[in-house]
Amino acid sequence: MKIRIDAEKCQGHNRCFALAPELVDVDDYGSAFVLNDGIVPDDLTDKAQLIIDNCPEFAIEEVAE
Amino acid sequence: MTATTPATEPVEDWTTDYDIFDADYVTDPTPIWKDLRSGCPMARTDRRGIRSWLPTKYDDVQALAKIVPELSSKDPLVVTLPTDMGIDNSSGLSAPPISADPPEQVWTRRMILPAFAPRAVESHRQFTEDLCHRLIDGFVDSGECDGAVDYAQQIPPRVIAHMLGFDPEKADDFTTWVRGALELGLFDPVIRVKYRDIIQTFLVNEVRSRWENPRDDYLSELLTLDVPEMKGREVQVVVGIANLLLIAGIDTTWSSIGSALFHMGTHPQDRRRLAADDTLFPTALEEMLRFYSPVTMARMAQEDVPFGDIVIKSGETVLMNFPGANHDEDAFEDADKVLIDRTRNRHIAFGSGIHRCAGSNLARLEMDVAMRTWFARIPEFEVSDPNGVTWAGGQVRGPRRLPMRF
Repeated sequence: MKIRIDAEKCQGHNRCFALAPELVDVDDYGSAFVLNDGIVPDDLTDKAQLIIDNCPEFAIEEVAE
Repeated sequence: MTATTPATEPVEDWTTDYDIFDADYVTDPTPIWKDLRSGCPMARTDRRGIRSWLPTKYDDVQALAKIVPELSSKDPLVVTLPTDMGIDNSSGLSAPPISADPPEQVWTRRMILPAFAPRAVESHRQFTEDLCHRLIDGFVDSGECDGAVDYAQQIPPRVIAHMLGFDPEKADDFTTWVRGALELGLFDPVIRVKYRDIIQTFLVNEVRSRWENPRDDYLSELLTLDVPEMKGREVQVVVGIANLLLIAGIDTTWSSIGSALFHMGTHPQDRRRLAADDTLFPTALEEMLRFYSPVTMARMAQEDVPFGDIVIKSGETVLMNFPGANHDEDAFEDADKVLIDRTRNRHIAFGSGIHRCAGSNLARLEMDVAMRTWFARIPEFEVSDPNGVTWAGGQVRGPRRLPMRF
């Protein structure tokens, strides 16, 4: 699984960072970015789905690997 | 349960004459939103001298929040002051970035965001935890307290005073001032202007003294940021920002903490489950934020804005009904049920778009610490007199009296 964050949509809610700091990080302004080029380890796919489903800006999506 | 808002003309038809200050809306707006959503999801009113729209669908609120700057934030309070009062700004709230549109919104927001980033707010955790323990020490042996007055209301003003470097003894004054500006003053322009001016005078003195003699604190730091747009008017800019930091985080956060205590004190099953399993705190608190979202903001159209079947005409307002959006069945399964283990929860209690609450990480930290500390000390508790619970509503909804027994 691979995810990406749309930087234009992200408004820095930080829900993803709170839920899955293994997959994303945030800068000083709250803008989120993916770790490890967005590649999700197999044991964290549930968490990846969780941050996709909880982003208030619909900014996180699964992409083709 | 009763509402603390003054009596208003009864609402005959919610679709054409809605009133968010109506006692039924203040104590439990969910059935009203549900009716509106199924028939007329964009309600309107001509009360208070201005046409105002109330969206009730999640997708509509999301879309409206992104119509910027045509739907302006220059006057974000839900009741606009009459223009014939001869006062310098109609909103009573000059507090960028919340009361600004781009480009001012962008650079003032960038000034404050770093202090509210997730890792930055962690530096306030210990202070908040110690504070919560001290508050509980004050009433735990008596077996009862007012969860709103003695606990929830005490926390945010002290955390903010601590963060901004203000005298902690002023915390009770801050509470009075903010309620004057945002709660009691919503209906009474004289009260609103009075407290706006008290806050303004206090902040001008605090900021000016730091401009002349910088201290090792946050406001001094803001004054020295290298922001080209601020040059030559540093005191004015930082007073505006301090105004936001002081008023935006007080009754909002205490309402969230109070609502969470209210829920757990009236739903023993949820309380027992949370007390037995603290891994549920993250989802439970997000669910409290969704279900009891405290904040409604306003936008004012700067030009005619077509939206679906309607046109929001220039000068009309739209309420950003984040609480109502968060109860939309099309966006949340079992939207009218509290599920403390809800994992799919794309709520917008902190708004959405460019005006997303800048202090949301601090608010979440305060709520997390307040609830965890309460549950650690007082796992068995209940609301002792449901009829004694009072709710404030309008701009910020939450319990103002909350009799608890434990």
